[in-house]
Amino acid sequence: MTDPILTVHDLSVAFPNQTVFKHLDFQLERGHFLSVVGENGIGKTTLMRTILQQLKPLSGEISFHPNRKTVHFGYVPQFRNLDREYPLSIRDFVSLNLSGWKLPWLSQQEHQQVHQILAQTGLLKIQKQPLGMASGGQKQRAYLAQALVERPDLLILDESTASLDNVMKYELLDLVKQIQQQQGLSVIFVTHDVPLAKQYADDFLLLKNGTYQFGPIAQLPVNDLQEADHV
Amino acid sequence: MFSLEFMRNAFVASTFIAIISGIIGVFVSARNMSFLTHTLSEIGFAGASFGVFMSWPPLNGMLIFTMFSSVIIGRLSVKAARREAAISAISSLFIGLGILFLSLSNKSSSYATNILFGSIIGISRQNVQQVAWLSALVLFVIFVVYRNLKFDSFDAVGAQVKGLWTNTLSIVFLILLALSVSVAAQIVGSLLIFVLLTLPAACAKYFAHSVSGMMLIAVILALLGVWGGLALGYTTNWPVSFFIASLECLFYFIALAYNYSHQG
Repeated sequence: MTDPILTVHDLSVAFPNQTVFKHLDFQLERGHFLSVVGENGIGKTTLMRTILQQLKPLSGEISFHPNRKTVHFGYVPQFRNLDREYPLSIRDFVSLNLSGWKLPWLSQQEHQQVHQILAQTGLLKIQKQPLGMASGGQKQRAYLAQALVERPDLLILDESTASLDNVMKYELLDLVKQIQQQQGLSVIFVTHDVPLAKQYADDFLLLKNGTYQFGPIAQLPVNDLQEADHV
Repeated sequence: MFSLEFMRNAFVASTFIAIISGIIGVFVSARNMSFLTHTLSEIGFAGASFGVFMSWPPLNGMLIFTMFSSVIIGRLSVKAARREAAISAISSLFIGLGILFLSLSNKSSSYATNILFGSIIGISRQNVQQVAWLSALVLFVIFVVYRNLKFDSFDAVGAQVKGLWTNTLSIVFLILLALSVSVAAQIVGSLLIFVLLTLPAACAKYFAHSVSGMMLIAVILALLGVWGGLALGYTTNWPVSFFIASLECLFYFIALAYNYSHQG
């Protein structure tokens, strides 16, 4: 590891009466794809929320390089309950992330940003369609586009493929991989789908029963793979 | 019709009311707060009655009651599981309080009718100015917080991940809603306020797919409702609130039919 974007050192997180994980150590190299693998309920989302600073750890350190202020996040969460009547078009949904204390209307540069990410994620043709009427795969691409519209340095996909069928899962991750390689994006992909992790990741972090393993994806232990895959 | 001063006042006041109702209504609809809006209007009734009891202008009583209670209600109804029960409880309490204050103030029942169903005859030039100032305040705050409020209202999950101050935004919005309820109640009355704050925006989402587009349609439908209601009320001598409610419901049913025919 020569140029990490994220270093987690001796991290322990606990809820009252329950330790989620302890003494966690790992690094994410800039431009790398890290899969966080483990059974449902093992604490993967808790780890992401801790990295996003929504939860305070019991002990340990999370450092961003060169510093926290210069690292911008994009996050695609696991759940979003947008029903068929959700009114915003895909374009408007994507541009929601251009928030802040700015004028109500988008600047020329912001319009270009939205156009570019819609083109990159293959949503340009259906940009005016209401998001509520989009298919599951189109919705996930819109969520991805929204997370990427401000050109983050670190993208976190939190079980973002869980609700998709096999073809759509691979399509989405092909797209993420392509953008990752084009832009030097760093990615954390949280999943319990081990074949997916194996295919796309450079490194893995396996959480299991209060312990963990971290290393290059080729070293992901086969037995643990199968157990995790059948959860 | 415009030769009468009270009609001119009513038209000007209702124009402001329709504009802020259409704009705020889009956020009410996105945040699923229609029921809460209804409760705020009942709290507004209690506030207006309290104003009458204290010999204040009813609008002042309404502003005090709705602004304070909106924050409390917002806190109480955070958990979806208890939202309806909590809002129903508060709603009943405030209707009861409204009746008590009116009874204690020894005013005639026509006072209660005016508060509940609105009265255009009573709108003075001073009321119009008050409505204009309050509307300008609401619009200014919306202008300042627009992008963050839009993100939080239309994608609460994304806004939270982004680290927006979602709790603060909720409180700011509740205060704006309370202001709008108090202002709009001047024309349609506290019982029918949610007609203007919910129905135009509920229609708009079937015709526009951007926040600004929805606001524009909601404002137009609210304007058509209040102007049409005033004109019909003037012509027939029937209550203006009846016409406003009927027109807005008509727009809503047309929007539903349009949506049904386009989605099959």
